[in-house]
Amino acid sequence: MGELFATYPILAAFGMTLLLTFFAAIGAAVLGTLVAVLRVSPVPLFQKVGALYVNVFRNTPLTLIIIASNIVMIVNLGFSFTEDIARDNVYWAIIGLTVYHAAFVCESLRSGVNTVPVGQAEAARSIGLTFGQSLVQVLLPQAVRGAITPLGNTLIALAKNTTVATAIGVAEISGLQKTMTEDRIDLILPIILVVAAGFVVITLPMGLATSWLSGRLAVKR
Amino acid sequence: MSDAPWDHSPAPATPPSPAPSHSVVTRAPMVEIVGVDKYYGDLHVLQDIDLTVGKGEVVVVLGPSGSGKSTLCRTINRLETFESGSIRIDGQELPEEGKALAQLRADVGMVFQSFNLFAHKTILENVTLGPIRVRKRSKAEADKRATELLERVGVAHQSEKYPAQLSGGQQQRVAIARSLAMDPKVMLFDEPTSALDPEMINEVLDVMVELARSGMTMIVVTHEMGFARRAADRVVFMSDGQIVEAAEPEVFFTHPRSERAKDFLGKILSH
Repeated sequence: MGELFATYPILAAFGMTLLLTFFAAIGAAVLGTLVAVLRVSPVPLFQKVGALYVNVFRNTPLTLIIIASNIVMIVNLGFSFTEDIARDNVYWAIIGLTVYHAAFVCESLRSGVNTVPVGQAEAARSIGLTFGQSLVQVLLPQAVRGAITPLGNTLIALAKNTTVATAIGVAEISGLQKTMTEDRIDLILPIILVVAAGFVVITLPMGLATSWLSGRLAVKR
Repeated sequence: MSDAPWDHSPAPATPPSPAPSHSVVTRAPMVEIVGVDKYYGDLHVLQDIDLTVGKGEVVVVLGPSGSGKSTLCRTINRLETFESGSIRIDGQELPEEGKALAQLRADVGMVFQSFNLFAHKTILENVTLGPIRVRKRSKAEADKRATELLERVGVAHQSEKYPAQLSGGQQQRVAIARSLAMDPKVMLFDEPTSALDPEMINEVLDVMVELARSGMTMIVVTHEMGFARRAADRVVFMSDGQIVEAAEPEVFFTHPRSERAKDFLGKILSH
């Protein structure tokens, strides 16, 4: 086991996994909230755009999105952030993970919106808040509290889905696992254990934090 | 009647009778509802409603359930849309949507049957949200005014708590304070005591009677006949989506003109 850590950049690879998770989580939270706002808005066109987004990206395999971000965006269309190919792939992996998980964030938030009684929105409108103010001040804060458990599920899925980034050569842990397995098939069991343990270390606190937060922030009615 | 629990106002200096003039003609109109029709599918829930409420007037809307009285109350600030007719607040036509409607709603206070306090905000925050976000007051100014209002309705000592920690009667009084904080031109009450335990009804009615005496224009949908007698200038009786009759409370309760009103009063006053 010590030999593995000495020979391969295991911690750096997990670092990349965390980096992808971190930035894609922020991106998906922002984009997913925007799409959720479209879906709950009173404007039918916005609702349709939001629904189209969710149905396209939720129903597309993540591998396809990640590979498309590389082949279509970089190779075919020439959209590059940087000359450094490795870094460019990381950027595109974050974008691919973001657009995919934003669909799930949107739907989690929408399930949270459904936990908010209609009277809350009526009261917000009755004191003269605009639609945007009602959303920001009254609906979304309560919706997020009601959506913490599904949002936590999405975050855990995101952490594990970062392994797909290996398809475009991002140096995260599952890519390293493949290399290690090819080099040292004799150590296959320790390799699998280390990778599995690493993911447990990353995702377990997410689950615990989710449970704690949903209890703590629950809106009492 | 003057020993009613909510009657803590001093006796009027003028001789007991006659009551102050209830004539609408002498008041400038605050709410003008003209020819309003509303449908739920095939159901004609508001049928050609005409109602003018004068400045400072207190109108109680009575009627059996399903008569359209709550719907009428909710159309006045367009929480319910309507198909035809017009509603004006203080001479201004009710806008259909957008910022203009939000601005107008800020001038129309609304108190709901189910209180609808913002569940994730403290009592104080509930009262200051509108003044800060809509009226653009400073937080200090809004806090000061909110504390005054919470004192006026008797829940100032609860200001740091959350709505779920208060009793129904306290929550409803906070809801009244939240509306008053916007300095509304008119207050709508949609069955404000119907969700309350009996012993909490009076504490809310107290606040409403005091508000009526302070000169607030009020439209109150309620089943509280005592409140109608004490505080209303006019009772409007609705049935099947129509205004059947309107009269001063004493006249309405003692000499209802329509059969439907007689039938309704017979059912609720007999026990």
